[in-house]
Amino acid sequence: MDLSVKILRYNPEKDSKPYFQEYKVPGVSEDWRLLDVLHEIKWKIDGTLTFRRSCAHGICGSDGMRVNGKNRLACSILLKDLNYKKTITIEPLPAMPIIKDLVVDMTSFFQKYEVIKPYLITKTPPPPDSERLQSNEDAEKLFESAKCILCACCTTSCPSTWTNDNYIGPAALLKTYRFVFDTRDEAPDERLDIIDNPDGVWRCHTIFNCIETCPKEINITWHISQLKTRLASREF
Amino acid sequence: MIKTYDVVIIGAGGAGLRAAVEIPKEYSCAVISKVFPPRSHTGTAQGGVCAALGNMEEDSWENHAFDTVKGSDYLGDQDAIEVMCQDAVRAIIELEHMGMPFSRNEDGKIAQRKFGGHTKPADPADPYGKRIPVMRSCYSADRTGHVMLQTLFENCIKNQVNFFSEYFVTQLLVENGVCNGVVAIDISTGEIHTFHARAVVFATGGYGRAFQITSNAHVGTGDGTSLVYKVGLPLEDMEFFQFHPTGLWRLGILVSEAARGEGGILKNKDGERFMQRYAPTVMDLAPRDMVSRAIITEIREGRGIRGSDGTDYVLLDVSHLGKKVIDEKLPEITGFARTYLGVEPTKEPIPIQPTAHYAMGGIPTDIDGRVLANEKGDIIKGFYAAGECACVSVHGGNRLGTNSLLDIIVFGRRSGKAVTEYLKTAEFTPLSGDAEEQTKKQIEFIKTGTGNENVTKIRTELQVMMMNKCGVFRNEKELNEGIEELKQLKERYKNISIQDKGNIFNTDLMEAIELGNLLDSAEATIYSAADRKESRGAHTREDHPKRDDENWMKHTFITKDNGSDPKITYKPVVVTRYKPMERKY
Repeated sequence: MDLSVKILRYNPEKDSKPYFQEYKVPGVSEDWRLLDVLHEIKWKIDGTLTFRRSCAHGICGSDGMRVNGKNRLACSILLKDLNYKKTITIEPLPAMPIIKDLVVDMTSFFQKYEVIKPYLITKTPPPPDSERLQSNEDAEKLFESAKCILCACCTTSCPSTWTNDNYIGPAALLKTYRFVFDTRDEAPDERLDIIDNPDGVWRCHTIFNCIETCPKEINITWHISQLKTRLASREF
Repeated sequence: MIKTYDVVIIGAGGAGLRAAVEIPKEYSCAVISKVFPPRSHTGTAQGGVCAALGNMEEDSWENHAFDTVKGSDYLGDQDAIEVMCQDAVRAIIELEHMGMPFSRNEDGKIAQRKFGGHTKPADPADPYGKRIPVMRSCYSADRTGHVMLQTLFENCIKNQVNFFSEYFVTQLLVENGVCNGVVAIDISTGEIHTFHARAVVFATGGYGRAFQITSNAHVGTGDGTSLVYKVGLPLEDMEFFQFHPTGLWRLGILVSEAARGEGGILKNKDGERFMQRYAPTVMDLAPRDMVSRAIITEIREGRGIRGSDGTDYVLLDVSHLGKKVIDEKLPEITGFARTYLGVEPTKEPIPIQPTAHYAMGGIPTDIDGRVLANEKGDIIKGFYAAGECACVSVHGGNRLGTNSLLDIIVFGRRSGKAVTEYLKTAEFTPLSGDAEEQTKKQIEFIKTGTGNENVTKIRTELQVMMMNKCGVFRNEKELNEGIEELKQLKERYKNISIQDKGNIFNTDLMEAIELGNLLDSAEATIYSAADRKESRGAHTREDHPKRDDENWMKHTFITKDNGSDPKITYKPVVVTRYKPMERKY
């Protein structure tokens, strides 16, 4: 089967602005990952095509990109899940500076992640020779948020991010949940203070793009709503 | 451009990050990685990390050590194995204290489950008699590696570690037995940087990408292993490469042993639970080398299932476990089966085949991560290695499942401690001349090459050759054919050309350098495999089917010899309390 793919190209060493390039890729099959198509192009047609990838099965979070207008991981989407009989359009993740082709600058994404203090904070010393106790029920409350692979598909799909560079974004808020709701953590208020402002949790207008795009199928908006509820019921 | 740090750590997977956490604030420390830290391959580990916590049933670190020695087919160094298994309990507790989210048991302690090769005596009075599976693997659903990597990354952020993400290391600087830095390319700009350091830690991972079917990420190209080999230092036990029995058919994506730990069963085309013929006691929970051989044997004897592309597979059935267990304990791997093969694991079995998974061999180190200069045990000052790229050796001929995550946290930390101790007295040694010259030449050679050889083609041929001639079963004829093929591939590599001549984010260039690294790792592997004339652990010689303790209780040390075949020497295995026994399960 032949496939037609249109990819947004941009090489700052040569191009004044991004442009679309179309590739005809012969011999593909509908059970291919989109990443396999990109490799087929890079390895057999055009070695200059540039994208990130590593694990190729949706765990490392490297290959987030915009596919037919939706943020996806190229390794987690098969051709048969796309309208592959028509030309497939691939662009870099939106609202991020392009470094080259499908590679975007992740600096601001990781900065926002670091702002919310993404690590367990405790004041009480742990038992010296054993684990802190936590019920499995409480542990499992964290698991969905801990699934996040930091691929940036959610944050870059959010219209609130597009219109406001300072918005912390769904990925960082999801990470905030992961620690605020960890029964072992002793600094939930410190983190809640960080997100309790117009560029924090309140910039989320429950548009649900993040949920639709999340390759790990995390209900991000629900987690954000739990933070809002927690903030609303906070006593000072 | 020269950057100066007390210590540079190469690789931001579990071993590198754990080492970084250990370096005290008074020393400057840089972590260099060719991907962002959370993209590292540690994140794909699924099933768990073993420690004899005894949270579910009685267990002891001695049980764990015995299993690891036996699992290694008696090639693991027993002093190192004892260190690792004894330290395991503390290491897991420490991860919990760092914030790692674990699945829990009814008492709120870390939950544990069964895993291949992890056992305890059926009768405590007969410690080396019949053994039964034990719940020893600590886990977080089937995302244990993912949450471990995240937790370590989070702790590095807390400690304000300096990261150089998307920097690709191309040179190891060693002079007169002292290591004083590395050279790296900033991928996003193409600029070359020298990192001048008092100590260097390699935590660069494995090289599964030398094989056609692999569970390894595309980044697993043995860069560190190759850099060590290139400067004329030895690599240890490279013939021991683990094939994980259950990779998704065609794709090689890992389906964790946890699937069998939770009760999953392997079946051939007749629906027979064939492992009962190969390992009557522990059956599907036999160690990986045995299960992989069993699967290939079933396929060779016509009891596999022929797939649409003409390749064969067997089945992993978890459907009888019920939807609840599958959704709660194996969500990720059953998701892979759905996404990539269109198989619904709650209703039908998953097609699987052995997949190249883990290098037991690598850069030889002592139990504190110090890199050995030779089989006599001399060390290279200021040079450390930990994790999959290193060979301590705790895994010997075959690694037990879960022991890789344990290895990285135990020996990552020990390396960090040893570095800290070293920095108290070590001084900077001067860089020699233009340290970056070799990297500049290498880039120039690749970018200006006009030959008609193609990186993808050579890499694919290498992967097919390694799979067919140096895979689960090996013999002299095929290994020699493989060596000849490899020599030709190395010749052809000299005539490569690439299309992307730019500086910014040149992945075409990176893939060409990575191929060079894969060729080195493959060379060390296949020559070592041809040399070892016995069958032990993952190294199975059809022409030498028995383990030969009289002649081969020794580690292979292979060193590059420019212009001719690599040189091989040996180092005896360290035996403390476990005398070699027949390995039956």
